[in-house]
Amino acid sequence: MSTTSLTTGPSWAKVPRRHVPVLATLALLLVMYGIGVSQYRAFSNVQVVFNVFIDNGFLLVVAVGMTFVILTGGIDLSVGSVVAMTAMVSAWLLQSGLPALLVLVVALLIGPTLGFLMGCAIHFFDIQPFIVTLAGMFFARGMCTFISNASIPITDGFWTTMSQYRIGDPRGNFVSVSVLVAFAVVLVAAYVLAYTRLGRNVYAIGGNPQSALLMGLPVGRTRIAVYTISGLCSAIGGILLSFYTLSGAPLIGVGMELDVIAAVVIGGTVLTGGSGYVFGTVLGVLVLGVIQTLITFDGSLNSWWTKIVIGGLLFAFILLQRLIGIRYK
Amino acid sequence: MTDSRPVLTMTGISKSFPGVRALHDVDFRLFPGEVHALMGENGAGKSTLIKVLTGVYGIDEGTIALGDERVAFSGPMQAAAAGVSTVYQEVNLCPNLSVAENIFIGREPRRFGAVRWGEIRRRARQLLARLDLDIDVTAPVASFSLAVQQMVAIARAIDVRARVLILDEPTSSLDAGEVAQLFRIMRQLRDDGIAILFVTHFLDQVYGIADRITVLRNGTLVGEYPTAELPQLALVEKMIGKELDVLERLDEHPRRELAALEGGTPFVEVSELSRKGAVAPFSLTIHAGEVVGLAGLLGSGRTEVARLLFGADRADRGQVAVGGRPTGLRTPVQAIDHGIGFCSENRRAEGIIADLSVRENMILAMQAARGWLRPIPRRRQDELVDKYIKALSIRPPNPDVPVRNLSGGNQQKVLLARWLITEPRLLILDEPTRGIDVGAKAEIQRLVVQLSDGGMAVLFISAELEEVLRLSHKIAVMRDRELVAHLTNDDTVDADRVMQTIASGSQREEANQ
Repeated sequence: MSTTSLTTGPSWAKVPRRHVPVLATLALLLVMYGIGVSQYRAFSNVQVVFNVFIDNGFLLVVAVGMTFVILTGGIDLSVGSVVAMTAMVSAWLLQSGLPALLVLVVALLIGPTLGFLMGCAIHFFDIQPFIVTLAGMFFARGMCTFISNASIPITDGFWTTMSQYRIGDPRGNFVSVSVLVAFAVVLVAAYVLAYTRLGRNVYAIGGNPQSALLMGLPVGRTRIAVYTISGLCSAIGGILLSFYTLSGAPLIGVGMELDVIAAVVIGGTVLTGGSGYVFGTVLGVLVLGVIQTLITFDGSLNSWWTKIVIGGLLFAFILLQRLIGIRYK
Repeated sequence: MTDSRPVLTMTGISKSFPGVRALHDVDFRLFPGEVHALMGENGAGKSTLIKVLTGVYGIDEGTIALGDERVAFSGPMQAAAAGVSTVYQEVNLCPNLSVAENIFIGREPRRFGAVRWGEIRRRARQLLARLDLDIDVTAPVASFSLAVQQMVAIARAIDVRARVLILDEPTSSLDAGEVAQLFRIMRQLRDDGIAILFVTHFLDQVYGIADRITVLRNGTLVGEYPTAELPQLALVEKMIGKELDVLERLDEHPRRELAALEGGTPFVEVSELSRKGAVAPFSLTIHAGEVVGLAGLLGSGRTEVARLLFGADRADRGQVAVGGRPTGLRTPVQAIDHGIGFCSENRRAEGIIADLSVRENMILAMQAARGWLRPIPRRRQDELVDKYIKALSIRPPNPDVPVRNLSGGNQQKVLLARWLITEPRLLILDEPTRGIDVGAKAEIQRLVVQLSDGGMAVLFISAELEEVLRLSHKIAVMRDRELVAHLTNDDTVDADRVMQTIASGSQREEANQ
């Protein structure tokens, strides 16, 4: 018997297993959109879709960063707090009169720096990402209230322009700057994951870290890099959030890390790492957004129904991953 | 064929770990275009030597030279870059990535920083064609058999223009056909001028492929010999370092006489037990004091039978009676309560707790059986542990060494001791001698004989027919996840007949009934 006859499975299985979760999410999204359109006349308005992007642009950016981390088999609980801290620091610095560009640069540096430090702690001291980023979460949240107990409004010209600027078509449909930024982040991330060594190493580490090490891949450097990337995405998310709310509030984004993790998992990324796509994460965020929109349209339902539905979906998707057997260990 | 100048020279290598002197003043040479077997018992220092060479461990003393250049690699990556590639026993690939990517990751061809996927696939196909492997290079590695994965790992290793290829126990999980294919590739690579360092426990394989043999014993060099000038028995003698009494005694061991046990109630009686997708319905009886051998090829369902018996997997259908009484063996805890012990094939993943000491690992199952409220007195522990360290010649004979510092074979012995201490009435041994050396193998075989003489029932699973034949009263033959024949191990049964049964399957069964 020669090994040449060995194939990967029946030829009718044209869809690789690793694509099933993403396709399931896509199908779910279409079904939910279909329900919306059939139930509410205004739902078919293009602006409804655009609004989902506008309301969730910052979430999408943060979820992209989280995708990197989860692909390596890690987790980053600090993202919600880092988002809040970035918005808070921006508002505070702007209030003290610093120029907008400088504030932007400083605010964008804080997140990746914290992410880098957490990555170093995880790698060099071999500590669980859960606990390190939990510490990071408390630290960043503490920093928010350290800056101010109350919300700080933003009146800076650049910020208000960004907040109000509309990019639209002649029929009046529009998106905000945040949406374009989010799209740019998604494209860059997808490219990095698919076409760069860093991206491929991320998948390799998620598949089997010991093998990756013995194959000579820079495991430590890549680990630190993903937490830095997640920090950077949280920082960008924080800036976008401050565009959206035009303020820095110490308690904004509490529990956001969990929404983000839910979006990434619903988007088909496996929590143990090694399998998933940024495109899936986009779908995951959209699923969350469409659920919110549906519940808003209904009007009679309590907004907590969003959480209940997300909980059910998350459970269903984890079961799905288990059933189709995307786990290599 | 061989160049006169070695491609690799290791001189005076010494390496110690806490409590263990792994290597002492070892010399080793490797010539281009040769297959060089590194032989030795477990714990002789083979793995350590390889790890020292590839920079996984630093060396305490000695020098390594590649060609004329002195080297000290910082790790496998640097070693590979310099042309020293290693394929480990546990295939180190990323299961989620495609075959092509596994071959090239870390050194992907790129244009402007972007990975060139088309180029990767093309080159992967080319490389695998060189190894006569025609598979879908875009499929994840996890979807292929271990043998194919091994080939992929070799493809990865030779692509870096390797001058030295280290194969650490590459054959331990391959079947005969796959081994033949691997050997064909090894010969081809050797003829291309690559120096191959081959570590294995299978003596036949060494004589099938190696040009030269270096023997280590207890971390010291015994010698380097051309294969043609070292008869097999002499090799074994050099490996175990004593006269061949152990082996000879074993070979002279009379074929186990048939125990006249058939009349009594069997200890375990299995009827039509099955699990969908794992093993077809089978029946099996095991009497006290009886050794039942389970023969069959890798993947024929032997381990699945063991797991069903032990309750590690749930059976779909069928009954098990223990001591004549029907019992549902649904969990390992129930099995243990009924006096069944299971030494699994996969000792790393399913047995040994690497950070605990030898003593703690051995005591584990007994303590669990007694319940945590009744600690085993220290003196009793020492007694038991010392007894089994001696009985199984565990090296180093120190109960307080963490098990991680022991070699694979010695870890296996610790695992065996753990179950023996609980004095089970039926012991299931799944490949207890795989990957361990001749001396330890003989010890374990002798132990099985002793245990069964003492009244213990043993289900002995092994891919090696000789040892199944040597030890068993009855042999059950597995083929394609089906128990195809029950043979009584009398004069009419020999390796050929078992082979035929494995090959031809159920017709044999009819002939026997």
